[in-house]
Amino acid sequence: MNSNYEVHEHDVLIIGAGGAGLRAAIEALAQGVRVGVVCKSLLGKAHTVMAEGGIAASMANVDTSDDWRAHFRDTMRGGKFLNNWRMAQLHAQEAPERVRELEQWGALFDRTDNGDILQRAFGGHTYKRLCHVGDRTGLEMIRTLQDRGVHLGIDVYMECTITRLLQDGDRIAGAFGYWREQGRFVVFRAKSVIICTGGIGKAWKITSNSWEYTGDGMALAYDAGAELMDMEFVQFHPTGMVWPPGVQGILVTEAVRGEGGVLRNKNGERFMERYDPKKLELSTRDVVARSIYTEVREGRGTEHGGAFLDISHKPADYVKRKLPSMYHQFLELADVDITKGPMEVGPTCHYMMGGIHVDAETAQTSIPGLFAAGEAAVGLHGANRLGGNSLSDLLVFGRRAGLAAADYAKGNALPQIDSSQIEEAAQQMLAPFERPDGDSPYVIHDDLQSVMQSLVGIFRDEPDLRRALSELDALKARAARVRVEGSRLFNPGWHLAWDLRSMLTVAEAVTRSAAARRESRGAHSRIDYPALDDAWGKKHNVVVKKAGTMTLVETPVLEMPDGLKQLLAEDSGTK
Amino acid sequence: MVEGSFADATLRVFRGDKQGGTPADYRVPLVPGMVVLDALHSIQSHQAPDLAVRWNCKAGKCGSCSAEVNGRPRLTCKTRMDALPLDQPITIFPMKAFPVIKDLVTDVSWNFRVNQKIPPFQPRPGTEWKMDQRDVNRVQEFRKCIECFLCQDVCHVLRDHGKLEQFGGPRFFVRTASLEMHPLDGASRAQVLKNELGIGLCNITKCCTEVCPEDIHITDNAIIPLKERVVDEFYDPLLMLVRKIRSAKKPRPGGEGHGI
Repeated sequence: MNSNYEVHEHDVLIIGAGGAGLRAAIEALAQGVRVGVVCKSLLGKAHTVMAEGGIAASMANVDTSDDWRAHFRDTMRGGKFLNNWRMAQLHAQEAPERVRELEQWGALFDRTDNGDILQRAFGGHTYKRLCHVGDRTGLEMIRTLQDRGVHLGIDVYMECTITRLLQDGDRIAGAFGYWREQGRFVVFRAKSVIICTGGIGKAWKITSNSWEYTGDGMALAYDAGAELMDMEFVQFHPTGMVWPPGVQGILVTEAVRGEGGVLRNKNGERFMERYDPKKLELSTRDVVARSIYTEVREGRGTEHGGAFLDISHKPADYVKRKLPSMYHQFLELADVDITKGPMEVGPTCHYMMGGIHVDAETAQTSIPGLFAAGEAAVGLHGANRLGGNSLSDLLVFGRRAGLAAADYAKGNALPQIDSSQIEEAAQQMLAPFERPDGDSPYVIHDDLQSVMQSLVGIFRDEPDLRRALSELDALKARAARVRVEGSRLFNPGWHLAWDLRSMLTVAEAVTRSAAARRESRGAHSRIDYPALDDAWGKKHNVVVKKAGTMTLVETPVLEMPDGLKQLLAEDSGTK
Repeated sequence: MVEGSFADATLRVFRGDKQGGTPADYRVPLVPGMVVLDALHSIQSHQAPDLAVRWNCKAGKCGSCSAEVNGRPRLTCKTRMDALPLDQPITIFPMKAFPVIKDLVTDVSWNFRVNQKIPPFQPRPGTEWKMDQRDVNRVQEFRKCIECFLCQDVCHVLRDHGKLEQFGGPRFFVRTASLEMHPLDGASRAQVLKNELGIGLCNITKCCTEVCPEDIHITDNAIIPLKERVVDEFYDPLLMLVRKIRSAKKPRPGGEGHGI
C-alpha cells in the first residue's frame, strides 16, 4: 500500500455537486476565479435529483396575494421561530429571482394558462407557491445547473470522496480525499472551500436518503473546529413507502397531498381532522409525521404499519400527468395503481434542519475560508423545514456562498499545507486494510441504523437518548477497529468504513443535542417534555470539538428587528 | 411471485476489472418485492463486501444502477426478482458498451465529454418568458431522461461498432432535441448533429426506445425529427438553391412553435 497522492489547485473548492454546490460553482466562476467541484457520485446523481414536489418562491403567478413577507412568515412559523431570521428573510426575498434565473438557463417548469410558471400548494405554505415540473422538479433543477456549470468551465472531480479538510493554522487550505474508482489519494489546494454535502439520513434504517447521505461535510467541518447547530432537528417526512420491505422509506412526494391526496387510517377515518382540523393533510411535516406515527402506535395503522394516502378520487389522467413518477413507482415496485386505490405510507428519515453554523449573508463558518450551504448548513429552517424550501435554499445560499468564497479567494494568497496532515490522513484511510480482525463495516452500519431508528426517532425521551449515547460509544469503538477486505479498486466496503466515522460523529451530535433540549419543538418531540418551552425558544444547542471531545454549548437565538416581528404578528391572510 | 417464502435465488454476477474476470454465483434469500439491486446489496453485506455497484436513489430517479440482467439492459432498482425466472441463475453483467472499471461499475465518462459538445440553451433575443404548456409538454418528455445510459449501452453503433468518436448516441440526441425544441431557444445545432454527433449513423432500429426506463420515445420523437432538421439544413435541394441565391448564412428550419 502506498500513500502517494496527486495534487490539484483551485481558488475555490466546492465539496458536493447537488443544487447548492453547483449553484455556488456557477456564481464563483462568474467572479473570475478557478473553481473545482468534488462529488462522491457521478455528476447529476446527487440527492437534489430526487427532489420531487417543487421550489418555493413567492412569484405570485397563481395566488396573486403572495409576496416575500408571506413566505418569510410561513417559513418562520413552520420552523417554530428557531430560524435565523435574516436567512429566512433573504431566502424569501431572493427565491423568485433564483427561479427565474433557472428558467433563463433552460429549465422548463409546468405552466399556467397565462404561460407563466405554475405553482402548487404545499404543507405550511399559505399560498400556492411551489414552482414545479410534475413530480420531478429536482431532476430539472440539477440538469439545468449541471449543464450551465459544465459549459461555463467548472472542473468536476466525479466519484471522489473528501476525508479531511486541510488547514494552515486556523485557516482552510484545501482538502484530502480519494478517487472511488481507483482508490488513489488526491490533495486539493484551495484558498476557500464550500461544503455542500447534504444530510445524514443514512444513519437511520428507514430513510429516503441515498448511500451518499452520511453527514460527511458536517463531520469534516466539526473535525476542523467549526460549530454544528440545531442538530436535534431531524425531519421525518410523513410519507415514505412502507411495503414491500425492499422499498421501505422511499419518498412519496408531498405533492400527492398538494394535489388533493387524503390520509386515512385502517378504519377509513380522515385522522388529520383530529390533529390539525384547519390545514388537514397540508399541515407541516412534523405534525403529519407525528399524526401517522400516533395512529399506527394506537392500533389504527394499515396492515404493514402505515396510513392510507389516496389520490384516486382525481381523474386518472390528471394523476398520471401531475404525479408521473409516483404512478410508476407504486405500479412497478408495489403492484399498486394509485389512480385506482390508496398507497400505504409512513414516516421516513428525510432531512437535516441542523448543520454547520454559518453567517447569513456570506455562508461563512467560524473557520476562515470555510463556507457551507444547503442541507449541510443550518439556519433557514429552524425546528422544521417546509416542503419546497429546500430547493430554494440551495439556490439562494449556494449563490451567496459562491460569491463570498470567490471574494475571499481573491483577497487571500494560497495557504501552505504541511505534509504531516496529508500523511496522517492517508494512514487513516489505509489502516482498515491492515487489521487482521474486526467487524465488517456493513454490520456496524446496520447496528448504527437500528440504534438511531429505535432510540433517536420521531418521539424521544431521556432513557432512550441516554441508551443511544452509550450504544454510540460502543459503535465508535467497533468502528475504530473496522476491517476491510479486498483492494482499493472501487471497494464499497472500504468507502463505507470511512463514511461510518462521519455518520457516528453526526449521530452523536444529534443525540447529545436531543438529550439537552428538554421541550418539544418542530421535528424534535420529547415524550417526557411534550410542550413548547419559551426559554428553549430563545436558544440553540451548538456542538463543537474541544480538546478532542464533543462539547455542547448554548447560544441565543438572534433578535429580530421590530419591523419583522410585527410582520410575524400579523395574520397570514389565509384565503 | 414469491409471496413471503424462504426461497433463495442464485445471482451470477460478473467479478473482475479491466484486465478481465469471471462470473461468480451467490445464493440470496428472497424477500417480497425484492429488486435486483436489493439482492446485490445483500451480497455486499453478507458475502462480498468489495462487490462494486453504482447506485444512489434506489427509486428509479437517478439512473445510476444500470446493468445487464439476463442479457437485457435494465435499472437494477426497478427490476423485480419475482419477474425473473428463478429456477436458473440470474446473470448480472456490467453494461457492455463501456469499459469495465470493476464488477458492475463501468467507465461512463465518455458520455460527459459528448455532452460538452452540445451548444447550451440560448434564449432568443428579446424573449418574453411565456410558454404554452402544450409546447412545454413535448420537451418535458426529453427532460425526463435520468442519464442511466441504457440507450447508449444497447445502441449497436456504440455497442457493436464502437464508434464513440463519430457518434453521440441516443442519450445525446434526446438532449439535443430538448434544446432544439425548447420553445424559446434560438440556437441551431444541425451542424453539431451532423458532424460532431454523427446522427446519420443511426438507422432507427428503436433498440434505445425499447430499453428506456422513462418511456421516452427516443427514436420517433427525438431522433427522427432531428434527422429531418439535418436533412432540411444540409440536403434540401430547393433550400440549397434558395440559400445560394440569397446567400443566407444560417436559416433556422421550422421556425414555428410546433412543427419541425
